[in-house]
Amino acid sequence: MLTVEGLRSRYGRIEVLHGIDLAVESGEIVTVVGANGAGKTTLLRCLSGVQPVSAGAITFRGEGLTTVPAHRRLSRGLAQSPEGRQIFTNLTVEENLRLGAFLFSDDRVDKDMQDAFAMFPILREKRNLAAGGLSGGQQQMLAMARALMGRPACLLLDEPSMGLAPIIVQQIFDVVSGLKALGVTVLLVEQNAFGALKIADRGYVMETGRITMTGPAAELIADPRIREAYLGI
Amino acid sequence: MSELLQFLFSGLTVGAVYALVALGFTIIFNASGVVNFAQGEFVMLGGMITVFAHAAGLPLPLAALIAIAVTAGVGVALNQLAIEPARGAPVVSLIIITIGASIFIRGAAQLVFDKQIHSFPAFSGTEPIHVLGATIQSQSLWVIGGAFAVFAGLWLFFTRTLLGRAVLATSNNRLAAQLVGINTRFIMTLSFALSAAIGAFGGVLVTPITLTSYDVGLALALKGFAGAMLGGMGNPKGAFVGGLMLGLLESLTAGYLSSQYKDAAAFVVILAVLFFMPQGLFGRKSTERV
Repeated sequence: MLTVEGLRSRYGRIEVLHGIDLAVESGEIVTVVGANGAGKTTLLRCLSGVQPVSAGAITFRGEGLTTVPAHRRLSRGLAQSPEGRQIFTNLTVEENLRLGAFLFSDDRVDKDMQDAFAMFPILREKRNLAAGGLSGGQQQMLAMARALMGRPACLLLDEPSMGLAPIIVQQIFDVVSGLKALGVTVLLVEQNAFGALKIADRGYVMETGRITMTGPAAELIADPRIREAYLGI
Repeated sequence: MSELLQFLFSGLTVGAVYALVALGFTIIFNASGVVNFAQGEFVMLGGMITVFAHAAGLPLPLAALIAIAVTAGVGVALNQLAIEPARGAPVVSLIIITIGASIFIRGAAQLVFDKQIHSFPAFSGTEPIHVLGATIQSQSLWVIGGAFAVFAGLWLFFTRTLLGRAVLATSNNRLAAQLVGINTRFIMTLSFALSAAIGAFGGVLVTPITLTSYDVGLALALKGFAGAMLGGMGNPKGAFVGGLMLGLLESLTAGYLSSQYKDAAAFVVILAVLFFMPQGLFGRKSTERV
């Protein structure tokens, strides 16, 4: 579904992605784990078109995506729940969700919003409140729900567990693994390697702008090098 | 009593124009964080283009429409040629760019048009209307009504339409706006066009009362900016009320003290308000968790 070949990206003169190769098949949950600063977020920013690509190619559902402007990528079926949530703090929860379906104005918008409320009941309770007043966990739920409102075929999830209490992290990961049943393919970027690998089908390990290991998630969890470096076991 | 009423009428008329300028400031500020000091030039262009299109033989309504459309185009050009290429520069630099643009537009207007003072006929005659011993020009009703209509229209746009919310979303978080499929460059273009059109509309409405020339923009920009600050920068309701209040303050000072002091009194009140309420009268208290 999503193929990345030789992707390079730079901030000014400093290259941070040195040729990334990665593939996500339809229906999979694939995770990219790695330490802070490995380039995981930059990779997702490139995929969403908000970070310039200096070399390489992105193919999505058989079509080139590399030169498609950021605001057209959601209509191709690629959504992102970005790092740091990036919700619209001055708008209400409901307005945030409605804007997630900015491209649509049919009856399904209401239905999708009800689905989002069913997935995260707390959002229904707070739907008329300003999103900026939500707690971190609630903001994360809103960010994911907003991304799903865009009816993506593939969801890019950047650090959904960052800064959240363990019980909320578990709830978020449960929802992510539930997306499979909804037919949404997931590319999950995480520093919380153990949590991510537990729900993923396959994983990539990223270090300073390169993919250093890849394989089925179960194998990566069992790999002694991974256990030592990322799982702290 | 009739004296007070008279001052209120003239204050509301002037205030309505300030309110329109302040609303223009608000729209661009909300979309880009930039205080556009060329806002007053939009008012000038609205009046001047109408004058010359009307003088060329076009009927007044058509001339006014052309003026508003052309000014909206100037607003778009300002964004494309001056603001967009400098995107990423500090906001202070962008504000200085708008000051440069306002000087440029003023100079260009002086060349394209002339340095004379102009006007065109009031929309519905010059017969003043008598209310409780005071008089109000029928054109003043046009100005006040126009300002209220623009405010109501903007309010509906921002609270009731998806596109309006997309503008708010873009100002709040440009990255997230792009990720949900909003074309943020189009939103910027739209904001400049809308803001310029509102300014030009104000210019069309007020020219029969205050007359116009190539250099009326600067004072209007300052007053409109003051009105927007008084109400709370970035808040349409604040801009509207702030503009009206500024007009009333000026008119009451001019009436009861001296017209020499009207600018000073208005600005002293604004300083006092901002001293105690730095966010302005309607400024939002920002409480956000991260």
